Parts: sequence; structure tokens; C-alpha cells
Amino acid sequence: MNALSIRNLRKTYNNGFEALKGIDLDVEAGDFFALLGPNGAGKSTAIGIISSLINSTSGSVSIFGHDLNHERAKAKSCIGLVPQEVNFNQFDTVKNILLNQAGYYGTPRKLALQRTEYCLKQMDLWDKRDMVSRRLSGGMKRRVMIARALVHAPKLLILDEPTAGVDIEIRRSMWKMMQEVNQEGTTIILTTHYLEEAESLCRNIAIINHGKIVENSDMASLLARLHVDHFVLDLAQPIDAAPVIEGYQIERVADKVLNVAVPKEHGLNKLFSQLTAHNIEVISLKNKTNRLEQLFMDLVESSPKPTGVGR
Amino acid sequence: MNYSIAFRTIVTKEVLRFIRIWPQTLLPPAITTALYFLIFGKLIGDRIGTIGGASYMDYIVPGIILMSVISHSYANVVSSFYSTKFQRNIEELLVAPIPNWVILGGYVSGGIIRGLLVGVVVALISLFFADIVVNNVVITLSVAVLTATLFSLAGFINAVLAESFDDISIIPNFVLTPLSYLGGVFYSVEMLPDVWQTISMGNPILYMINAFRYGFIGVTDVDIQIAFEITGGFIVMLTLFSLFLLHKGIGIKN
Repeated sequence: MNALSIRNLRKTYNNGFEALKGIDLDVEAGDFFALLGPNGAGKSTAIGIISSLINSTSGSVSIFGHDLNHERAKAKSCIGLVPQEVNFNQFDTVKNILLNQAGYYGTPRKLALQRTEYCLKQMDLWDKRDMVSRRLSGGMKRRVMIARALVHAPKLLILDEPTAGVDIEIRRSMWKMMQEVNQEGTTIILTTHYLEEAESLCRNIAIINHGKIVENSDMASLLARLHVDHFVLDLAQPIDAAPVIEGYQIERVADKVLNVAVPKEHGLNKLFSQLTAHNIEVISLKNKTNRLEQLFMDLVESSPKPTGVGR
Repeated sequence: MNYSIAFRTIVTKEVLRFIRIWPQTLLPPAITTALYFLIFGKLIGDRIGTIGGASYMDYIVPGIILMSVISHSYANVVSSFYSTKFQRNIEELLVAPIPNWVILGGYVSGGIIRGLLVGVVVALISLFFADIVVNNVVITLSVAVLTATLFSLAGFINAVLAESFDDISIIPNFVLTPLSYLGGVFYSVEMLPDVWQTISMGNPILYMINAFRYGFIGVTDVDIQIAFEITGGFIVMLTLFSLFLLHKGIGIKN
């Protein structure tokens, strides 16, 4: 069964801006799915409609087989939403935020208390349960939102840029938490601007641009389409000019640093043997760009530009 | 889906909110109305004499109680729901599987409870100044509950349509307070010139205050049945309008 099925979903705002131009999307139950797109592409509008924060203009959304228009309560019961910005009552305690959320979903008090304890412990927040939420750090507030979204045990968790603005340590710990939640059987839809995050966490991906889905496939086959990798080489000795090696684009960016575009059919071994032949010793190398980022830019830049009204 | 749990959650949240900030919500009406009773009822009232056979103090007590019920039931819902909108935690309710009537019922119930609680506080304060025996308990309570319901609904609509904190203070300051003062809290409309009597009859708060006063001391300027019809009619209209706003997402959804 699909966790989410979207058919011909359209949204035109009152000012005439067409944010979604008839998108179709399926997310399988149990998936860890990335929904990517540049700012203003339509992904927040799509998530807003799925989570009932925005009214659609036309089209259908079905969550675990429940149509959002006809079986609204059942469809909504399946969803947990972690929005981009903090939106809980900052004057309430962490525990009350979760208990209220559980109550809104009709969870009996005893079970709500158990679920609150479980989710706060899972997010490493149990010792902060009686703290007024505005006193929490930014990273803790993000985790409160994830715990809140999980308290009614949703089957589909939507994470809208959950790690935006948090430091790398917290981001990594949140990745681990998200993976654990997914391994427990919860389907996750993730939007993020950190493409490294999507690449390492998600199995399937859709890219939305100008209100249309421009790519929808599994992560492995999408990445396999990348023909060229870009590397930065650190050299042992300074060089005056970049060597010319057939099949590779090499650029000297500093005395001891080269940028190299490596086509997959040529690979790295041939490059290294040629560099050795030029008496150039490489002491380290790293990927210049994230692989998904490269593909993302290619897809976004190649999709047609809109001609409608700006928002 | 058990909507009673969601309803109880909203009502409990609302009641705990105004109790937690009792110095802002429950204390001010006690002090303000004590001053009304002292200045208008005691110091000035002794020189006015009786109205409709009741002492001036007894005459103004019901109006002052109901005026407090009106302003506090309105204030509770308008400030709470607008803050919920402003902080964006309205999204918690919109995402959850709660029908609109449960959201409306929860917030309105919070407003009714605060309005009635403030009414009880003011009534207790009045006991220091007046010796009132309630004439008709059923009418008194039903007018208080219906009035609190009506103004909680009005506060809800104001909060839904408001786009700034200024918008939630305009109606209480420039509409509710003048209508309450001109609704016969401190005087009988029969004391007014004919033209002002006619104009006053267009003020719905006049009917509620007089019906409440009838319940308390058996004195009224209006027909009680008409008062109930007007209050009930407004409640139905405002309920339908509130549900329409929620259904369309006006003021709360994109």
C-alpha cells in the first residue's frame, strides 16, 4: 500500500500564482523519501496541502488509502508533521506540548502519558520535560517538534527541513533518530536543502521545480546517472601550470591545488598514473561537490522556467 | 475517533491558561468592580435614590456583573485564539483530525468558563456592598451562560479575522465597552429622552443586561422573551459564521 498518493494536485493562490501545476506522486509505505526543490518550487505548498494547512485548488491526496477530502479524520490521523519553523506554544512545558498534541488526536490520558515519556526519551529530552519550551536551545526545540509529531504514533512522518539552522553535531544525531523512527516502520517524507542529508538518508526521491515534478526515482539509479565526478587534489609540490591529460579537465586553482573533472569511463587510476608521469605527487583528494547536489542543479537548471505571475 | 478527548484537551488548555495568569485575568475585574460599587453604588448611589423600586446599588449590581461576563468571555477567546494564530500553534489543531465544531466548541467553552468565573468573583465582591437575593435563578444563570456564549463566539470571530494585535483591541475598546455602558448598566432607559430610548433599543446588550437584572432583582426595561430571542438569534448566526470561517480557512489557512 502507498503511504501517500497524489493525483493531479494543483494550487493557485489568490494572486494568481500557480504553485502546483498538477503533480502526481506516490510514496510507498515504509519508505524514507526525499522531496527536494529550490525555494519557491512548490514543495512547501505540497506539504501544506498534505497536512491540511493549505487548501488545494484541485486534485486528490490519499494517505494510506484514505482520501483527504472524503475521509479527512482517518487520513489526518496517519500524519505527523514537523514544520520548518517552531510552532508550539513557547509558554508551555515540553511535556504539556506533547500531552496536548496526543489529546488532539484522541489519545486517552494514560496512553498519552506513556507515549509522551517514550517519545521524549527517544529524542533525549526526558530530563527537559518540565522546562518551559522557550528556554530550550534551537536544537532541542527541533527535537521537541519531532517528538510532538511522533506522540500519536503516526504512520507517515513529514519532516519539512527539520535540520535547518542546527549545527552539524545535532544534525547528525537527528539523522540517527530519523533512521531509527523509519526502521520502526514509520514512513518518512523529508524536505531539505542539505542534499548530503537526502543522499545519505533517503531511498527514493522526487525533485519539484516550478510546480512540477521534474524527477522521481530511487536514489541509487538517480546517482548512477551522474557521468562526471569533480575532485580537488592537494599536491606535495607546487606547480606552475595544470598538466594536460587527455579525457580529463584539469584546472590549477592554487600552487598546490588542482580541480579535476573525472568522467566515469576514465576513472581515477588512469588519472593518477598520468599525474605520476608528469612528476606530480598527490597527497590527498576530496569530492568537490556532493553528487546529488550536482544532479539537483542539472535537473533544476534544465527544467522550463514559468511564465505566470510571481508571488 | 474520540472527539471528546480533543474537546476536553482544548478546554483544559484554555482554563489552565487563564488560571495560570490570574493576576491578569481574574484579579483586575475584582478591583475594578469593587471601585464601581464603592463610587457609583455607595458614594453617588445614595444620593440617586431608587430605580424601579430597587436601591441604586441593587440596580447596578446585575449590570456590572454581566458587563464583566461580556468583556471577559470576549477577551479570553480573542486573546487566546489570536495568540495561537500569531505563534502558529493553530497549526497543531489544523493538522490534527479535529472537526471544526470541536475547535470552536473548545475555545468558546474556555471563554464561557472564564466569563462565568469572573461573574462569580464580581458577584462575591458585590456582597460587600449590596444585600441581593436572586429573584429567578434559572433566568439569571441562563442569561449569564447565553451572554458568555455569544461574546465568546464574537471574540472567536474577531481573532480569526484579526491580522494584528491592534485588531483584537479595537472591538473591545470601541464597540463592546460603549455598548455595555449605553446598555443600561447604570441607568434605566426610561430615564432617557424618547429619541435616545428608541436608539438604545437597537443595542442588543441592553436586552441582555435587563434580562439579567430581571433574574436578579425582578426589574427590567424590556420584554424578557425578546431578550432571549435576540441572544439566541445572535448565537446561532455567530456560530454559523464561525464554522464558515473555519471551513474556508479564512484568516487561518493559506
